[in-house]
Amino acid sequence: MLHSKTFVKKTRGGKVNKQVREHYLRDDIYCGAPICKVCDSSTARLSPSASTILIVDTNVVLNQIDLLENPAIDDVVMLSIVLEEVKNKNMGVYNRVRALCSNSLRRFFVFANEHHKDTFVKEMNKESKNDRNDREKAFSNFPVLTSKSIELAIRVAAQWYQTHLGGATHVLLITNDRENKRKAIEEGISAETIESYVKSLDRPELLDLLVQPTSEDVNMVEVEDLRPSKRKIMYTEHKPMSEITSGLHRGIYHQGKLRVNRYNPFEAYVGSESIGDEIIIYGRTNMNRAFDGDIVAVELLPQDQWHEEKSLSIAEEEDEDEDVHLVPSSTDDAPRTTSLVQGSAGDLNFASSHPSGRVIGIIKRNWHSYCGSLEPMPMPAGSGGTAHALFVSKDRRIPKIRIHTRQLENLLDKRIIVAVDSWDRLSRHPSGHYVRTIGEIGDTCNLKQEIGGRDTESEVVLIENDINSRPFSSQVLACLPPLPWSVSSGDLANPIRQDLRNLRVFSVDPPGCKDIDDALHCTSLPNGNFEVGVHIADVTNFVHPGTPIDDEAAERGTSVYLVERRIDMLPKPLTEGCYQGEQRSLAIHWVHIFTDGIVNFADVRIEQEMTPDAEIISKRYTKSVIKSCAALSYIEAQARMDDSRLMDPLTTDLRNMNALAKIMRLRRIERGALTLASAEVKFQIDTETHDPLDIGMYQIREANQMVEEFMLAANVSVAGKILEDFPLCSLLRRHPTPTREMLEPFLRTAAAVGLNLDASSSKALADSLDRAVGDDPYFNKLIRILATRCMTQAVYFCSGDLSPPEYHHYGLAAPLYTHFTSPIRRYADIIVHRLLAASLGICKLPPIFQDRPQLTSVADNLNYRHRNAQMAGRASVELHTLIYFRKRYGIEGPVYLTTRSEKGGGEWFVDEQQQKIRKMDGSLSYTVLQTVKIHMEVVEPQPNRPKLQLMLI
Amino acid sequence: MEYVSPEGLRLDGRRPMEMRQIRAEIGAVAKADGSAVFEMGNTKVIAAVYGPREVQHRSQQMSDQALVRCEYSMANFSTGDRMRKPKGDRRSTEISLVIRQTMEACILTHLMPRSQIDIFVQVLQADGGTRSACINAATLALADAGIPLRDLVTSCSAGYLNSTPLLDLNYVEDSAGGPDVTVGFLPKLDKVTLLQVQNLLNCVILGRFSALVVGKMDSKLPIDTFENVMQLAIEGCKAIANYIREILLENTKQLEYRRGL
Repeated sequence: MLHSKTFVKKTRGGKVNKQVREHYLRDDIYCGAPICKVCDSSTARLSPSASTILIVDTNVVLNQIDLLENPAIDDVVMLSIVLEEVKNKNMGVYNRVRALCSNSLRRFFVFANEHHKDTFVKEMNKESKNDRNDREKAFSNFPVLTSKSIELAIRVAAQWYQTHLGGATHVLLITNDRENKRKAIEEGISAETIESYVKSLDRPELLDLLVQPTSEDVNMVEVEDLRPSKRKIMYTEHKPMSEITSGLHRGIYHQGKLRVNRYNPFEAYVGSESIGDEIIIYGRTNMNRAFDGDIVAVELLPQDQWHEEKSLSIAEEEDEDEDVHLVPSSTDDAPRTTSLVQGSAGDLNFASSHPSGRVIGIIKRNWHSYCGSLEPMPMPAGSGGTAHALFVSKDRRIPKIRIHTRQLENLLDKRIIVAVDSWDRLSRHPSGHYVRTIGEIGDTCNLKQEIGGRDTESEVVLIENDINSRPFSSQVLACLPPLPWSVSSGDLANPIRQDLRNLRVFSVDPPGCKDIDDALHCTSLPNGNFEVGVHIADVTNFVHPGTPIDDEAAERGTSVYLVERRIDMLPKPLTEGCYQGEQRSLAIHWVHIFTDGIVNFADVRIEQEMTPDAEIISKRYTKSVIKSCAALSYIEAQARMDDSRLMDPLTTDLRNMNALAKIMRLRRIERGALTLASAEVKFQIDTETHDPLDIGMYQIREANQMVEEFMLAANVSVAGKILEDFPLCSLLRRHPTPTREMLEPFLRTAAAVGLNLDASSSKALADSLDRAVGDDPYFNKLIRILATRCMTQAVYFCSGDLSPPEYHHYGLAAPLYTHFTSPIRRYADIIVHRLLAASLGICKLPPIFQDRPQLTSVADNLNYRHRNAQMAGRASVELHTLIYFRKRYGIEGPVYLTTRSEKGGGEWFVDEQQQKIRKMDGSLSYTVLQTVKIHMEVVEPQPNRPKLQLMLI
Repeated sequence: MEYVSPEGLRLDGRRPMEMRQIRAEIGAVAKADGSAVFEMGNTKVIAAVYGPREVQHRSQQMSDQALVRCEYSMANFSTGDRMRKPKGDRRSTEISLVIRQTMEACILTHLMPRSQIDIFVQVLQADGGTRSACINAATLALADAGIPLRDLVTSCSAGYLNSTPLLDLNYVEDSAGGPDVTVGFLPKLDKVTLLQVQNLLNCVILGRFSALVVGKMDSKLPIDTFENVMQLAIEGCKAIANYIREILLENTKQLEYRRGL
């Protein structure tokens, strides 16, 4: 192997000093074409029959990644220098390209041109000094070439390929840079722009995937020359980065993440650390082309404009004919300041206490692809083939996106995915391009269409929440134990696994539940105490760290429960056992699993010895083999406990446990645990058509609470155990104490209906919630739902990242908490299982837990997935509610007004103090939590975005 | 940070199992009894050996063996940033000690009682792996001085980054914060004389090491990976030993030629 040595010099910002790096140029980097006679073709990725080999430049990769992902584009050589540049500019695109390069189905080859002796290009120093990009690069720790050098390197590599492969294949350089193309052709390399290449492929549908050149790419002058007077400047220009940086330093600009109000896309918030408050941004003009999630720089408006801006935003809102959505669904995205009340004259003071501002620059874009549909429009008369269309995202926070399509007639009734490319200040809407079609839009009238349509809509829910619903890959399935699996004698003989098949273990789960992962037992001891066992399925016996199945589960993070389907975190044999086909009754099925069955044979068990007053005397954790004697549903369990004639041992166990659970629950509530509520809706689904038949509230029974109580106890004790042994790298779950400001709106609402709530501590809050009983049995629940909305979410974290007082779980009033009891559907539990096993000395700790940053990133992913799963679940409920009500057009019934209606800005008067809305003429007034009658129907104020409208009557 | 690309190339174009280019030259300091320059890529060190000679401080004299002294320093210009390198700081003292112990273990000190051997090593250019380069240079210088040795002790480092064992870390890779080991090895005796572990925890001290210094411990490396990394470093040592032997042979031939034999 020949090494030759050159020096690459690099200066670094701050202190300028010289860096010297060795650079070995090699002659053993192969071209990747199997037809090549010189190179080793064992690692070749390109197809043997490729007539054309494409070499793409950086901008093509950055802008046309959707096109590259299309299977029609193949035999592409990715130069490592291009990849490096892409990585510096956009990590998201880089990851997608890397995925393409490692995908065995695609023929993408990475050619390390900068390490090849013939294609290495020394940096040119002729670059103009004020090239901003390059100056930024100078801060980088590693030598980075200037863009001119990169272009040169690409041409050199293309030339090398051409001569290296001789006439065997055609090497085509794809670049959209005019200068680069000209030079390439001069040097005898065939080069084309991406447009002309795609056109030459004769595949019109590919053209839609093309990103239209933005004004940055082509000459700006040209565009302006065309219609100099017609183009109105819609938005102010973004400030250059250098000005933003200095402005941030001097404190005149503020940096933060822009969050658009979920219910009003013309209002956004920027949480700024520099002023410690949220800056409100009203209207699209002030948002200045920022999207939800972008990191932006904001300038504060003068204080006297703070209020004015408000009315302006509403005016604009009416202009655009978008109205305000009424379905509140999340705590996370609602602004903490609750300035949802708009168009009111009464709350001047309230409004002006919050600074408002405008976006002057975008530091980091959060663009990705969006789901939605095209705005219905007539087919353009001129059949030029291409048409401009407006895309309406399902996510209301996203503005309409202008796309360019050649298949308008195909797309009009479809749900499609669109990616954003640019938004220049001359256009009202951002421009983007079509990525792919999901399916037909769920139609209202046509029943046949509806079935397909609903699947599409479910798909949309999944895509919007970034949920991977693809079937498990063969590598993942290969990790499963051979089926049918049964407890082997080896498992029984294993000294770490106790044989507990003689215990009377049973499970209690929701009816129809198939992914059973916990079971219980309760034995009375001679001394009057009880031994209570919580048995959890030992998933880690099958999911070993570092295997594909483990990676997949870690990536998915959690199972997702939609109304009509479940997206599993682990393959089916592990979640349900593999005796599905035999159609046994549930109880037998369950027993079967435990005797010679599949997953749940082996459990991690926590055994607690308890006194009759539910004091835990001792705890034991072991792996064991159990045999379930009954799989009960909550209803069955409840019925058994209630039926006083039944005296069989199982029922006695249940009653004993229930008695213990009640005491534990009481004690927990005394400590200040909150009983929060959420409006959980249950659908009865038609088994044939999967249509919702009935809708109802989820009923909570004593049996539910009993199981919940023991699971909580198990989680708490495991949290203590693992933290004791791994103080720095345990995965725990915490629930931050809500701040005063967060609870403020809730307390005000409560005060309006005459409730005096004390939120000084969780205990005080819990007590006052208990006292909040109205005439209506549903009233208390409503209050609890409102309280839940004010809380932050509980999150997973790595114990080394925070100090012990921050571990506190507010909702459960527990100093320590983790998730241990559902390893089948949550990855966090798998991690905790491994930690517990390591702390018991059963197996050693996998390396990932020894690396704190890595564990933190796992925890972050889990939080993200967990939230998305919740969002998807809610979206699915919303979707099915729509389908349900669509069938029963216009039903009437009493409902509870939990959110104030804000129809017609001037007509209503909102009294913030008394939480009332009154008609200006005083004829009508509504108070919060007042029972009203409404008319409910599904309307489509905006095409393809149906929603439930409630009308007061 | 990606230290090994998916194509299997390191930042400087090497593959994980490849060493940097090594070069050695004997006889760089005329006045010394033995001297050598040793380069590993951009790391360049010079070593000079004086002795065996009379012990300077009588009190240190040992009646049964020779006294070995070692002084390690870094030239002010060696790193590029114009920091003055204080002499006798913690790091230099530690490396001096490491080199002295390693060399002492291979010099046949009992053949030279009541005498003193001085080894001076100075880093001319630093780019990671200085202590390995120093040991290699010192070996060459000792051989040049004609001091009786058990074996040619050689040294090489290896680390573990991006889940890949990497041989002969350069400065960028060394300062990545991953675990790394520096191994001193006697190729003929097939024996490890030095094992320095940095950023490593949970490693088991094996009985066959005669010297072991554990540096700061931060990240962790499972023992089987550790064995792999260590084996890689030993392979590196063997390659360096071959090269050093070649250089010495050539040097001897030159001497023969000059003497007119």
